[in-house]
Amino acid sequence: MINNFKWCCALLIGVFAGGGHAFAILPIQNWQTSTGARVYFVESHQLPMLDVSIDFAAGSGRDTPAQSGLANLTRHMLSLGADGLSEDEIAEKLADVGAELGGHIDQDRAGVTLRTLSSARERDQALDIMSRMVQKPEFPEKVLDREKTRLVAMLKEAATKPESIAEHVFYSLLYGSHPYALRTSGEVDSLEPLKREDLVQFYRAYYNANNAVVAIIGDVSRETAQEIAEKLTAKLPEAAAPPALPQVTLPLQAQNREIPHPATQSHILLGYPGMKRDDPDYFALYVGNYILGGGGFSSRFVEQVRQKRGLAYSVYSYFMPLKEQGPFQIGLQTKKEQADEALKVVRETLRDFIAKGPTEQELKAAKQNLVGGFPLRIDSNRKILAYLAVIGFYRLSLTYLDDFVPRVEKVTVAQIKSAFQRRVNPDDMVTIIVGASGAS
Amino acid sequence: MIAISRFPARPSFALIFIWVSLLPYPACAAGSEYTLSNGLKVIVKEDHRAPVVVSMVWYKVGSMDEVNGTTGVAHVLEHMMFKGTKMVPSGEFSKIIAQAGGRDNAFTSKDYTAFFQQLHKSKLPLALKLEADRMHNLNFSKDGFAKEIKVVMEERRWRTDDKPQALVYEQLLATTFEAHPYRRPVIGWMNDLENMRADDAAQWYRTWYAPNNATLVVVGDVKPNEVFNLAQRYFGAIKPKVLPIRKPQEEPQQTGIRRVTVKAPAKLPYLMMSYHAAVLRDAERDWEPYALEILAGVLDGNESARLNRSLVRETQIASSTGVNYDSNERGPGLFYLEGVPSEGKTVADLETAIRGELQKIINDGVTNEELNRVKAQVIANEVFARDSVMAQAHQIGGWEMSGLSYKTLDILVDKLKAVNADQVQAVAKRYFNDDNLTIAVLDPQPLDNKKPLKEPEGLRND
Repeated sequence: MINNFKWCCALLIGVFAGGGHAFAILPIQNWQTSTGARVYFVESHQLPMLDVSIDFAAGSGRDTPAQSGLANLTRHMLSLGADGLSEDEIAEKLADVGAELGGHIDQDRAGVTLRTLSSARERDQALDIMSRMVQKPEFPEKVLDREKTRLVAMLKEAATKPESIAEHVFYSLLYGSHPYALRTSGEVDSLEPLKREDLVQFYRAYYNANNAVVAIIGDVSRETAQEIAEKLTAKLPEAAAPPALPQVTLPLQAQNREIPHPATQSHILLGYPGMKRDDPDYFALYVGNYILGGGGFSSRFVEQVRQKRGLAYSVYSYFMPLKEQGPFQIGLQTKKEQADEALKVVRETLRDFIAKGPTEQELKAAKQNLVGGFPLRIDSNRKILAYLAVIGFYRLSLTYLDDFVPRVEKVTVAQIKSAFQRRVNPDDMVTIIVGASGAS
Repeated sequence: MIAISRFPARPSFALIFIWVSLLPYPACAAGSEYTLSNGLKVIVKEDHRAPVVVSMVWYKVGSMDEVNGTTGVAHVLEHMMFKGTKMVPSGEFSKIIAQAGGRDNAFTSKDYTAFFQQLHKSKLPLALKLEADRMHNLNFSKDGFAKEIKVVMEERRWRTDDKPQALVYEQLLATTFEAHPYRRPVIGWMNDLENMRADDAAQWYRTWYAPNNATLVVVGDVKPNEVFNLAQRYFGAIKPKVLPIRKPQEEPQQTGIRRVTVKAPAKLPYLMMSYHAAVLRDAERDWEPYALEILAGVLDGNESARLNRSLVRETQIASSTGVNYDSNERGPGLFYLEGVPSEGKTVADLETAIRGELQKIINDGVTNEELNRVKAQVIANEVFARDSVMAQAHQIGGWEMSGLSYKTLDILVDKLKAVNADQVQAVAKRYFNDDNLTIAVLDPQPLDNKKPLKEPEGLRND
């Protein structure tokens, strides 16, 4: 096969165990910049490209109810004017070199990703823009007003969509006064009063080197990666490390909400506070959830709700691990007339799983998938970049990926049963039905 | 599990390699190909970055091959392909792949139906064995069908009926095309799903699922000859079928602007426009589709491209805009434009503004700066796509299904780079005219002003 680039030096040094699974050792290089930002780098010259991300502890968990949406708006505005460049100049300079800019935010993290060709002209121009955005954002007033108007319009539209309504109510019931209750996008009433000065203050407080994590993978040397990381973080504002987020309190009773909606389907969400990123029950809950509702057609929810009864196209459960306890969520959509039946099946399936745990056979099948499928988790630069950012932000072990397979293999039926019994109380769950069968 | 014991996870490779040298194949940068004597085309692209493989079987049959009364059957059959053969009981296919550490799924479009598995490279024989089995041994029960058709109806409710913008898209297509089957939704009309019988799906399978209507695409840490031999081993004995003649069903020339309105519970209005446009039929000689691809980039290729810059950022008529054009289709092409008006603006304001932007290109053309910007993105995207084995397999399958070769990928970047400003202006002039235009708008209705519907009205194809 002819190819115009070289396939040299394998990125993944494969270690193939006799048992049929394979895992890869990912050589992660780790250091701190002169300002204290933590850097995670994987050198890979197989493709002439480079992926870079920078994350800050500046997620919506830093918002207050009165200023809900501030974290997202601050991150969103980074690319809309910086260091003397207008929003159009930023977009054009990136497009001129074919670079892709991305942004992301959740409850814990806010950040920027960049994908560029690794050739010097393209790389230097793209990284120059990224570093100016991150370190010299201007938050121009006119742009801010326009973007607030657009976000408010989106929120008003979201208020008509059953899936958005369900998600919004779910988080507010599950988290009450904890900041995880606040949605990233904010509220109509909290966005409108936000001023440029609010964004500047938020930026100064949270976009600091001491809570920044830079992840880099691609076709650059260690030396170049060091220069890139320096350039991205040398001029970040200085501030004290952000305070820890409050702990999540567990609900004391069940909370049920039925919300009328004219849609043909009911959108059903159930949940309970789940796990932390560094949770001691992480692997027991993760592997257990694969069996319960994370493993698609291998999961109990799909088997009971879809395969046996044809009640839904999509039914799932997941744990979203965060700094504090992220949600454990079960979700499905089904036509209104059968919402009660579907909900009953879901509740019974969950209770049975918590009471009895998985079978040995189910656990074996889950491990076969998670262990055998491990190479698929790190088969592209994009996937590896995401792991580097998570490992860095949550200060996981540099051997997190190497440890993944053995830690999955160690999980027992008893551990899963115990973890679910201790961690998910089916009597105190939040249940949301948008478009309830009785309501109109 | 019983089924897994019938599928040894690690078959001996020694047996497979015996006649490697018997299979010559042409190779090019995009991949290597070999066609079995039963007509199954096999395309392999090597990517040795990770010990993984993606295996896809693409059938050249999609919703455009359906007839009225059984719309949606191509997609229903995609679901039924997981409902059992003599060897693999209903529901076991995905479990077997999962226990091999794999992920699997399938997708149906207007042009094709495709099934894929992502696995460790050592599990490729398992995936091929399972795909070969269901290519000719599918044997689902009436009961299995009865449950799955309910799932598909839920999918339609979820995907379309409760999503106002999806309803607008559905109506846009139904209005843009009068004769061509692209007028029908891939998911099918609800009433056709309600009245579909197990035998409709079985008949579809008997008609279209054959090696001579399929292409196997494998991308990953494999050698072409290994894959060709595995394909021969597992698919070689499957008999070809005489496929039905495909009628062209050409859309008659549109002779004036068409408009349609969709009322649905929502807050913001929404506008979609479609212009009939050329697609690639001869990748070497055609130039218009390449110019249309570049034109789409000039209008919407980045945040400062014309529509976003002018309508969202400057005049603030729109809160969002978008453009879509695909030069790679089995059927006729469309150039789509869409947008959500800002609060206080109407869909009419937005339509005027979008058409004003199109008129500017017709009158004044595009700048070299814009052209070069789009080309820079084309060049970079070609590299970026190589980061994903899935993306590479998708590209190969997509080009094969439209009847163009995957080898188009070898010339695509050069063809796009060769487009000049005059050509971009020329295709804008030629295709952006009123007689060629269909407009669909969402007329938002208050949520509490509508009784719950068992099924939406106005969706039937009659």
